[in-house]
Amino acid sequence: MSDTNHAAAGGAAHGHDEKYYIKIWGILCVLLVVSILGPELGNFYVMLVTAFGIAFVKAYLVAKHFMHLDTEKPVVWYMLTCCLAFMVLFFAAVSPDVMNHEGRRWVNVSAIRETERALEAAKAAGQHEGSTEHGGGEAAPAGGGH
Amino acid sequence: MASSKPIATTRSATGVPTGRLAVWWLIASEIVIFGGVLVSYLMHRVGHPEWAYQAEHTSLLAGSINTFILLTSSLFAVLAHHAAEHGDGKKAAKLLGLTIGGGFLFLIVKSIEWANEIMHGYTITSSGFWAFYFTAAGIHGSHVIAGMIIMGFIAKDCWHGRELQRVEYAGIYWHFVDLVWIFLFPLLYIAS
Repeated sequence: MSDTNHAAAGGAAHGHDEKYYIKIWGILCVLLVVSILGPELGNFYVMLVTAFGIAFVKAYLVAKHFMHLDTEKPVVWYMLTCCLAFMVLFFAAVSPDVMNHEGRRWVNVSAIRETERALEAAKAAGQHEGSTEHGGGEAAPAGGGH
Repeated sequence: MASSKPIATTRSATGVPTGRLAVWWLIASEIVIFGGVLVSYLMHRVGHPEWAYQAEHTSLLAGSINTFILLTSSLFAVLAHHAAEHGDGKKAAKLLGLTIGGGFLFLIVKSIEWANEIMHGYTITSSGFWAFYFTAAGIHGSHVIAGMIIMGFIAKDCWHGRELQRVEYAGIYWHFVDLVWIFLFPLLYIAS
């Protein structure tokens, strides 16, 4: 077996046994259940924490324990952080024009109309479902081109 | 013997084996691709409250099952890496096979889910929400297929005790695919 077949050639020896990885997987599964059940409580903030907060915790666990990112060289961190920074830059630059439909000297008329139209369609579909015994018929797609 | 090896497995200019560094570069570029899609979705989701009604029609059950499948396949991938680190090529190959099986299961559930939605009239042209839904899940699904194909080739080599270091490379990629799904799941299935 050549040196390239050894862990030292391809990756660091991480020193964990199989039980350790199974334990991490168990924690991830528990977090999955919490993220599914959380929104059932009907509270918006609980939903935010259980769905999105837990998503970040799960991502951290996978990156640290499965991808072994914690033992990687700084150059890998620089690469990944740089690309994440581009994502944040993209969001910061574009989001004001997308998340809002009007600003100080502009109005996105088509977005406003589409939102109003789709909300009315969604309400109508909801009423239709209510009138046909728990939506015995299928709900029509609420949107119609964006 | 060493000269016949690909340079990616023998050179390490940065302190990271070049093959693994290439995988990290790939993932960095994928962050831009998936990050762009996810951030765009997030922005539109805030700007379009009606998407909440449309998100109610996605299947939480299918999304949950697929999350469990991907988490489990990630476990198999890291166990395959563990076996490769200990020089057990056959065990690594078997575990990679299980990881590929997880990918198949994921695609089967996804196919059933999509078929059901399309039959109910929700297609990629139905609305902005459904366009994002099918695009994001479709791009992710294509990465699952790519990962399965790559792991198939690596498992074949592992079975013969060759290039075991590649198990880790495939694993890193697979975990990233899992990571993307971890964020897609609440965005598309829970936040309705």
